[in-house]
Amino acid sequence: MHETNIQVGPASFRIGSVWKEVIDQIEMLYASYPKPKLTDYTVTLDAVRPWRRFIRPSAAINGDFMLPDAAPLPLDHGLLGVEMGVNLQMALGWRRQLILHASSVEKDGKSLIMSGESGSGKSTLSAILGHRGWRFMGDEFALINHDNGFAMPYPRMISLKNEAIKTMKKEAPHAQFGPLMKDTPKGDIQHIVPPADAIRKMEQGAKPALLLFPNFGYDAEIREIFPSEVFMRLTQASTNFVGLGETGFNTLKRLVLDVPAFEIAYQNGDEAENMINQLWEQL
Amino acid sequence: MMSKAGFYPDTWLLVDCLREPDRALRLNDADWVALITMARAETLMGTLAYRLKDKKVPKPVEHIISDALIDSEYQYRSALWEVDCARRALQSYDGPVVLMKGSAYAAAGIEASHGRSIGDLDIMVSEGGLKEVESLLIKAGWEWVKEDDYDDAYYRDYMHELPPLIHKERDRMIDVHHTILPKTAKPNPNALAMIADAIPIEDGHYIFMPEDMVCHCAAHLMADGDLAGGLRNLWDMHCLLSDFSGAAGDFWMRLKQRAQQHELWDAVHLSARQANALYGTPIPTDWMQWSMRDTLFQKRLLARNSWGQQRHKLLRFAFYIRSHWLRMPPLMLTKHLLTKWRKGHKAHEL
Repeated sequence: MHETNIQVGPASFRIGSVWKEVIDQIEMLYASYPKPKLTDYTVTLDAVRPWRRFIRPSAAINGDFMLPDAAPLPLDHGLLGVEMGVNLQMALGWRRQLILHASSVEKDGKSLIMSGESGSGKSTLSAILGHRGWRFMGDEFALINHDNGFAMPYPRMISLKNEAIKTMKKEAPHAQFGPLMKDTPKGDIQHIVPPADAIRKMEQGAKPALLLFPNFGYDAEIREIFPSEVFMRLTQASTNFVGLGETGFNTLKRLVLDVPAFEIAYQNGDEAENMINQLWEQL
Repeated sequence: MMSKAGFYPDTWLLVDCLREPDRALRLNDADWVALITMARAETLMGTLAYRLKDKKVPKPVEHIISDALIDSEYQYRSALWEVDCARRALQSYDGPVVLMKGSAYAAAGIEASHGRSIGDLDIMVSEGGLKEVESLLIKAGWEWVKEDDYDDAYYRDYMHELPPLIHKERDRMIDVHHTILPKTAKPNPNALAMIADAIPIEDGHYIFMPEDMVCHCAAHLMADGDLAGGLRNLWDMHCLLSDFSGAAGDFWMRLKQRAQQHELWDAVHLSARQANALYGTPIPTDWMQWSMRDTLFQKRLLARNSWGQQRHKLLRFAFYIRSHWLRMPPLMLTKHLLTKWRKGHKAHEL
């Protein structure tokens, strides 16, 4: 087993793979991240059958926390496999903060949290803003502290899908990109390394100031959402709300009562950026 | 970089730290990671966390332990909630409803429940009461999981439990047993005696009396299944034996008699020896007769490597075959496997 360790925000992972190339890819993309020795979670990529290590290599994803019947991936998509494995550890295992399936960025010590389904554009928006004067905090999970309500960064590799790949190559041509993975179960995927300040400041949280629910592909519109609805939406967007019991309820309640929330619809990044700036200035 | 194995031979690390938590305090980083990975793979992380909770462990481990304790607390709470839901659903049922395994340990508050992961709710009622219990549960919102006719008929004709039911709103499973081993298994435990001697607990449910609790745990561990997840069940056995043997002097004699009555002496005896060898469970000296067979069982129980993966593929396969062999006579096994094979089922636990 080849292995490497990575630290993303407050969480750390030991990643093992029978294929050296996957570990090499991770070490390249995560070169500037800390490498702790005592990690929180283990994720492994192993051949589904011994001979499938060499013949039509097929990778089974495993980890400390798993869902039953995870489908194996071809070795070319190994990096996506690791990403899925790592996400599962957080989604199922993490209790130190409330996890929201959301992206987040920071400016002037305050954070903007964007929650939405896959395809809403939350990930791409956070990546774009990260190159336009905001600090990128994370494209997948926002971690909300139980004690002070701060959002903590989780700046993993940004996972770009389909058209977002082209968008970001234009937005950040000099950024470091991972290998292009074509025709994965989620379409074409390519990773991009977050800006250097995102990694350098990955232990610095920020008080949430604005909650957004982006909707990509619709005519421009801004709509305020009331706390009751925000609460319901975020219970759905949280992977550990139920498991945290009363603590999770209190953390989410404070967030929802303290932070104004809007739904925005938009056709492209510039349009979204304008709306976000407008809302940010009104705070 | 290639992985450096810890200094410890794999699963022994987990077993040793459960038995003597202070040993963990001397581990290096790689061994800590291996320990935690294996504990999670064997669903023993909550138990380990409970054993280590007030000890001076490295900071990263403190966080991992606290996460695990929060999770156990949640599992404990939701297990008791399911117990209560079942109690309300079955209020009009006259006979005793006996809680089994994790839910019983939680409801009775015994040592085995500390940090234990609890999945499904298992209950036992008399075979005559099955129909009524089934219809009461369905009225209260539980639904069939298995749509398949063969599987359904198989459960009803040969198994010791109804096909599993899942609650449509809470998504939690209940297994309704009428005895503790498949009807086709060789040992024929006296289910009626188990129910008759069960002990009522506060909320209207029953739990098995101590000897039967041990017999069921041993049957579950040794006589019904391929020992996957066996270390957790063996930890249950360790806690039960340690708890009960302390209370009354003649416990071991009564346990042996009861086990013989249920035709489970071999399973109980074997489990007690394994618990003694791995977890240091105190057992009577004249129960300690280690054999070649014990060595194989121990090897099967310790088949986890420091990455949480299963080793000893052939040995595990042998135990998988054994589990079916124990469950049904040869001709029936052939028919069963043929039907399953035709339907494209795979033995995917291998």
